[in-house]
Amino acid sequence: MSAPAVVCDGLAVGYGGRPVVEGLSLEVAGGATLAVLGTNGSGKSTLVKTIAGLLPPVAGSVRVLGMVPAAAPARVAYLGQAQPSGFVLPLRAVDIVTMGRFAARGLVGRMSREDRRLAREGMARMGVADLAEEALGNLSGGQRQRVHLARALAWRADLLILDEPTAGLDLAGRELLAGALVEERRRGAAVVVCTHDVADALGAEAALLLARRVVGCGPPSQVLTREAVMETFGLVLAELPGGSELVMDPVHRHDHEDGHAHDEPDGGGP
Amino acid sequence: MGPLLDPFIDNEFMQRALLAGGLVAIACAIVGTFVVLRGLAFIGDALAHGVLPGIAGAILLGLPGIGGAVVGAAVMIAGVTVVRRRSRLSGDTAIGLLFVGMLALGVVIVSRSDSFSGDLTSILFGEVLGISWGDVWLQLGAAVAVAAVCAVCARPFLLLAFDREHALAAGFSADLYEWLLLGTVALTVVVSFQTVGTLLVFGMLIAPPATAALAVRRIGAMMAVAAVLGVLSVAVGLLLSYHYDLAAGASIVLVEVAAFFVVLTAQSLRRPAVRPAPA
Repeated sequence: MSAPAVVCDGLAVGYGGRPVVEGLSLEVAGGATLAVLGTNGSGKSTLVKTIAGLLPPVAGSVRVLGMVPAAAPARVAYLGQAQPSGFVLPLRAVDIVTMGRFAARGLVGRMSREDRRLAREGMARMGVADLAEEALGNLSGGQRQRVHLARALAWRADLLILDEPTAGLDLAGRELLAGALVEERRRGAAVVVCTHDVADALGAEAALLLARRVVGCGPPSQVLTREAVMETFGLVLAELPGGSELVMDPVHRHDHEDGHAHDEPDGGGP
Repeated sequence: MGPLLDPFIDNEFMQRALLAGGLVAIACAIVGTFVVLRGLAFIGDALAHGVLPGIAGAILLGLPGIGGAVVGAAVMIAGVTVVRRRSRLSGDTAIGLLFVGMLALGVVIVSRSDSFSGDLTSILFGEVLGISWGDVWLQLGAAVAVAAVCAVCARPFLLLAFDREHALAAGFSADLYEWLLLGTVALTVVVSFQTVGTLLVFGMLIAPPATAALAVRRIGAMMAVAAVLGVLSVAVGLLLSYHYDLAAGASIVLVEVAAFFVVLTAQSLRRPAVRPAPA
């Protein structure tokens, strides 16, 4: 791949012309991962929707695979955060995963054997091959999220944009996803992943810390400083009577040991 | 077989009713599957009733009712789109407001006329036993158009039913296909009102696909099962109406709704059984 997967230059993202985050300049090469870290409402979903072409940029420029966003749907997989959950779709899981091939086949292009193979393979990679014939509505939340991720993998895109993909996943699911993303990058695909779990960002080539503004951007080893992470997540430091310090999360998380990053993976979403 | 076939063999109006009703059932099965998958039932209902003032107004002016139905459907769709975009209200609220407003307008228009009660009944419940061969041809054209649009647009319609953002990311204009789907629903409603009436076309749109959705999990199978159920319901409803002197359109819809609850009950009774493990 010649052009980088994503290039943002002085990009401002937001809704209806009102910026949520401004001054984004970054580049994601093929085969690399960008982890976008931030709390709810920090602007990370707004950013990835702009990259996916679902929102127009408010200012600045964004190039995706050397083109304007949404110019090559078959090459950019997007899995949003708001998955329909309470719906009554009776469709089989494998039909949902096959939707990942629609971008490549367009309106009326015939589904080939290769398309069906990619769908099955996506399900196998997320460990849900045996659920293929089940109605999506009969699956648990975590199983559904695996099916949705299989749909994104079946896309076989050059850029995968995943908004909080680990939400609802159990530990085994997270490991399957991590392994699948390693494979995707090995074949040259770039990955942009939103997360509020610092552990998810450690293995990325680059981390972007957002709190309705850019807190930091660069290699995780440099930008994931204690101050930056605390600022990103709105954490406060409290001094205990014994002289030790306690990181407190006034918004959502609780009692992490202070340090550069979390040592253990957190429970994640419910 | 006498009582089952003779009514159709002996009476041309029964043949026309069966043909037109069957075509309505097929069009409704196809587009209704997307309506059910999409959770658009409420807007289908609203469209079915929103055409009432259009039809009533057209008849008052001495124009063909179908022209008024088209206008009514267009106003309904445009209104829902505008309220949804311009306010923070949910689609349900927007649709509900317009639904009630259009229904009230229809009744107001009807109340302006003295000799309208017969017309109102035929608008609401259709005149399945009084349709012409021209109506049958119109119905055939609409069924073919609906089938063609749904065949070509099956993927974006499916994606919209499931995940609007995925539709956009996959390169399909969500607005365009949303309009097309609503337009297809509107076409079905507008053309079908002469056969089953505005009140009952909604039942034909929702009941067979909902029954099919209980039984099968593939979209093509849903449409096929819904179409078979719909056509069978038309035949059974017409026969009940013929033999027991019941309102024909309402009998058809009652059979469809009864089929839904029969299948639902059968499934509830069967559910405790162990599902075979997937291979």
